Amino acid sequence: MTPAAAMAALPGLVNANAPLMRRGRYLTTTFLVGVGDIDWLVDIVAGRVEAVRPGPHLMDSWRFAIRASGEAWAGFWEPVPRPGRHDIFAMAKSGEAVIEGDLQPLMANLRYIKEVLAAPRGYTEARP
Amino acid sequence: MSAAIEPVVGRYVHFDIAGRPHRVYFEEAGSGIPLVCLHTAGSDATQYRHILNDAGITDRFRVLAFDMPWHGKSLPPAGYHDEEYLLTTDLYTETIRGFCAALGLDRPVVMGCSMGGRIVLHLAHGYADEFRAVVGIEASDHQQPWYDRDWLHRPDVHGGEVCAALISGLVAPQSPDEYRWETLWGYLASGPGIFRGDLHFYRADSDYRDRVAAIDPAKCPVWLLTGEYDFSCTPEDTVRTAGQIGIEAVIMKEVGHFPMSENPAQFRTYLMPVLDEIAAIPD
Repeated sequence: MTPAAAMAALPGLVNANAPLMRRGRYLTTTFLVGVGDIDWLVDIVAGRVEAVRPGPHLMDSWRFAIRASGEAWAGFWEPVPRPGRHDIFAMAKSGEAVIEGDLQPLMANLRYIKEVLAAPRGYTEARP
Repeated sequence: MSAAIEPVVGRYVHFDIAGRPHRVYFEEAGSGIPLVCLHTAGSDATQYRHILNDAGITDRFRVLAFDMPWHGKSLPPAGYHDEEYLLTTDLYTETIRGFCAALGLDRPVVMGCSMGGRIVLHLAHGYADEFRAVVGIEASDHQQPWYDRDWLHRPDVHGGEVCAALISGLVAPQSPDEYRWETLWGYLASGPGIFRGDLHFYRADSDYRDRVAAIDPAKCPVWLLTGEYDFSCTPEDTVRTAGQIGIEAVIMKEVGHFPMSENPAQFRTYLMPVLDEIAAIPD
């Protein structure tokens, strides 16, 4: 699965997961997932992924961003990622990812955000 | 009676640490060589329940695992409510030595994970006569930090939730869900600011790069075992430390930062040969 396909699959995967949506119920925000040169804005409303919007963007705001190469994200979304590609903080420590912006909503909802980002892990487009 | 009752017994021992009375909870099982187990920062000794229940270990070892003060069922000292909890090398060392002395343990083996793995290096360096051997799990003389620990204790972020969510990535993907979430429970249930206070020791007061080369493994044998998915104490950190001591590090496949609690069966395959060697050390 390509990173673009993984991002496009996010709303369906998250919104079909009731426990995950419940954990995010106090979060309404827009954050950015940088996949190589493409910035994806992820709109969250009360724990539901309302939209994922690939760039280019014109003056859109976001609270925090997590950026990595397409190759790093592809590794992150492997069914069983190799050591170092299994967690956004592992990728940040090694320099493969950058986490920036206003980190308070990220840290206050960290389990939820990490599970949203990991939702495409092992997902294949053939699966319903 | 048909219910399963474990052979593990939990009790409280009273002793002074830094001149203040403490009530410390510990669990033990087995008989033989004393094996004192140290939990990770921000959690408690529940992490060792599988070791305590392993008849292949308790037939030769008296396994003891205690909750550090401020952790698990060990209370903070009286007056804690006006203090900022900050663990140091001195305080940690005195706690471990005080526990061993209070129970009259004869040259115990000390096995610790993460910050527990860090302090056993200090024990092997400074107190080789008191300890039969040490085992460092996810242990190194120093490691690079990977987040700002002030996020762990502030009013606009839930402490237990953020501690668990941060360290969740240190559990290997292969670890069984039941044990992954049991491991994370230790962090979810931790007291406010306690993980942060432990990390004061781990980050600010335990750079042992100046002393590990002086450890004499002939006087106090050292084993170091680290999981391949640990990006906090990395395999490279452990290999570097082992090289300074002049021993071989063991890098464990398909485990992360909490081997004894996240994947007990996998950890056992690496631990048993170590315990066999320790049991064979002449008295």
